[in-house]
Amino acid sequence: MDLNFSNDEQAFRQLVRNFIVHNLPDDIRHKVTRGLSLGRDDYLRWQHILHAQGWGAPSWPAAFGGPGWSATQQYIFDEESAAGGAPRAVPFGLKMVAPVLMQFGSPEQQQRHLPKILAGEEWWCQGYSEPGAGSDLASVKTRAIQDGDDYIVNGQKTWTTLGQYAQWIFCLVRTDTEVKPQRGISFLLIDMASPGITVRPIITMDGAHEVNEVWFDNVRVPVSNLVGTENQGWTYAKFLLGHERTNIAGIGIGKRELARLKRVAAQQIKHGKPLLQDPLFAARIAQIEIDLMALEITNLRVLAAEAERRTPGPEASILKIKGTEIQQAITELLVQAVGPYALPLRRDAMAEGYDGEQVGPDDATALAAGYLNMRKLSIYGGSNEIQKNIIAQMILGL
Amino acid sequence: MDFTFHDEQNMLLETTRRYLGKDYDFAKRQQIIDGFSATAWQGFADLGLLALQVPEADDGLGGTPVDTLLVMTAMGEALVLEPYLASAVMATTLIAQLGTAQQRAALLPALLDGSLIAVPAHDEAGTRFDWTQIATRATPMADGFVLNGQKCLVAHASSAQLLLVSALLPDDRIAVFGVPCTTAGVRLVSYQTVDGVPASEVYLDQVVVTSDALFDHAGTALADMRDRALAAVCAEAVGILDKLLAATVSYARDRQQFGVVIGKFQALQHRMADMVLHCEQARSMSFLAAVRCTDADLAQRAAALSAAKVVIGQACRFVGQQAVQLHGGMGVTDELIVSHYFKRLMAIELQFGSTDQHLEAFAAQLKAA
Ligand SMILES: Cc1cc2nc3c(=O)[nH]c(=O)nc-3n(C[C@H](O)[C@H](O)[C@H](O)COP(=O)(O)OP(=O)(O)OC[C@H]3O[C@@H](n4cnc5c(N)ncnc54)[C@H](O)[C@@H]3O)c2cc1C
Repeated sequence: MDLNFSNDEQAFRQLVRNFIVHNLPDDIRHKVTRGLSLGRDDYLRWQHILHAQGWGAPSWPAAFGGPGWSATQQYIFDEESAAGGAPRAVPFGLKMVAPVLMQFGSPEQQQRHLPKILAGEEWWCQGYSEPGAGSDLASVKTRAIQDGDDYIVNGQKTWTTLGQYAQWIFCLVRTDTEVKPQRGISFLLIDMASPGITVRPIITMDGAHEVNEVWFDNVRVPVSNLVGTENQGWTYAKFLLGHERTNIAGIGIGKRELARLKRVAAQQIKHGKPLLQDPLFAARIAQIEIDLMALEITNLRVLAAEAERRTPGPEASILKIKGTEIQQAITELLVQAVGPYALPLRRDAMAEGYDGEQVGPDDATALAAGYLNMRKLSIYGGSNEIQKNIIAQMILGL
Repeated sequence: MDFTFHDEQNMLLETTRRYLGKDYDFAKRQQIIDGFSATAWQGFADLGLLALQVPEADDGLGGTPVDTLLVMTAMGEALVLEPYLASAVMATTLIAQLGTAQQRAALLPALLDGSLIAVPAHDEAGTRFDWTQIATRATPMADGFVLNGQKCLVAHASSAQLLLVSALLPDDRIAVFGVPCTTAGVRLVSYQTVDGVPASEVYLDQVVVTSDALFDHAGTALADMRDRALAAVCAEAVGILDKLLAATVSYARDRQQFGVVIGKFQALQHRMADMVLHCEQARSMSFLAAVRCTDADLAQRAAALSAAKVVIGQACRFVGQQAVQLHGGMGVTDELIVSHYFKRLMAIELQFGSTDQHLEAFAAQLKAA
């Protein structure tokens, strides 16, 4: 057994690190490391830089323009990106719809969309959830009825992350109401500019506009935008949900935020000493750091096992639960670290170009919003309760 | 032992609840800009709630901390934004306890009828909100004082007319000064905290006040005020915890996934059962805090209040987070009251000493049996 990265992998890490140090714009790094608001352009600017380097889609095979990296290389890339203060790749195009298109899409769909996704020219969003279909996705009701060369789509999607920026949405739609719910679902690509689509913001408790409702009122979608076979959408949906493995635990983000926590705790003074040296607080940080170490090794074990058998297993649920718990715990400690100064909720001060008066320590500006926003981690992408059900069923056979 | 409230107390709770239920529902609350509604404040005055902490000798109701507990519970249930705690509990108690006959006559009637809002300005940056640390200075001059310093996170300063500023006199004695917000040299930088409450950084630069602004020998009174406030905020938390539990259970009864209501999933049932445990432990400690917050035995008082704050802080965290979690996506929206309860609980966790601070304080007084 060897728990070290190989020499090649370490060289690769150095390469990525150097690239990020020299190419990530300072203003973006500043926002990411301080937890300030990122806009559409911040994501796109970074995607364009990565694309120019040939790293626009770390998880794609070379045949589609990816760098052809191993799972471990992708993992290292994610980790270094996060640690270096790069924005997360917006997953909906690159990591969600793209693999589905590669596996099940027509050559026309692949040619039409993949290069644009890679180049950061097409922003995608995910239209799975509906008001009545959250954890129970198979109960989606949005209807698509064929009419000549088109489907006519009616219904409502919700929680659509960053849908306000998107040119395209991939949707689960019901094409057969007579069969078992899982059997009558299709996977449809819909141009957001189509007549009949309305996007309405949902404001979350941190005051952000990150999610949306999307309404479809007699929207005409060419049948050629159907992915794969009609009524096989559930298979593709499950493929997609089980696909993203290297980054699900968020180890890199965890490390970056842990470093931030230590930085803040070193600057805060308690009983005349840095809070970082306070025994109770130090123990709380230590616990998180230890949990993160264990998760990192677990994550690498899962990647190694998958590389061998080439299919993702239910272990991703372990990574998701533990990774989100750790990230949430860090935001809690950040709030504790600055005490009441974490309470001001000032979206104005988090926004681009704010030059008004600061309140409290510099690092405190985004802490309240960060803690509130991170509550979502245990809810979306299959809630942590659902992940535990998966562990019970798939790992324990209960 | 007696855990009942007497008739007048039950009536106090019911009238407060009834008023808030009717005139302060969530929709109305959401329309209150900058955290203050003059109509609601007048309503509180009309109900006598602003007179609760005013001694009978000063024409008030001379209420006990248990009365405060009941009102604060109702305030929590309705998520009241107005400075009831800051002005009607904290400032009023402080003035009643420290004021000369003249000062009381000048201020208490106006606090009681709602025409005056006063808030304490005590905390300072860099102290981690240790109540014994003050750097603001008061320098005597002919017929008055000059104040210099900075107070932070002063809740409701922007709605108040009078700030009760703590400061050190030249001999390091703590005093409080009644400083009208409009005094030259007072500058506020205002913002909102997560719970929707307006707060301010208050900068005092060569602020001149007259001698009758002085409330001398304030150390004990400030500590008493803090202890009453801590007990009050525990009661407020209990009001919120109950509402969040009820909202979550009712959501779990209605929300269907996989063809059944989610309340049928045992994992969620047990989670809600744990919420019940936290709520009941918190309620018990809110009673203890109310009864002990004026205790003459200071060690016993401190231990009880710290223990209460720990139990309640932990309940705030668990019940708040689970309420959001069990509401799924709906839980994180601004549109449901759930997230607003959650945010108030987050603030309460940090007010008057965090869970960890009180855990340490409690641990520091442990003795071998
Ligand atoms: C910030 C945010 C962004 C999102 N972005 C997107 C997006 O871009 N696209 C998209 O399609 N969706 C998105 N979602 C939706 C997300 O996937 C759903 O919120 C999630 O699947 C949960 O569904 P729900 O909200 O309907 O909760 P429900 O399914 O109603 O669940 C409520 C509670 O019950 C629990 N529960 C449900 N079933 C069970 C069970 N069988 N056993 C035990 N417990 C159970 C849940 O864990 C949860 O605690 C997003 C959500 C959020 C909060």
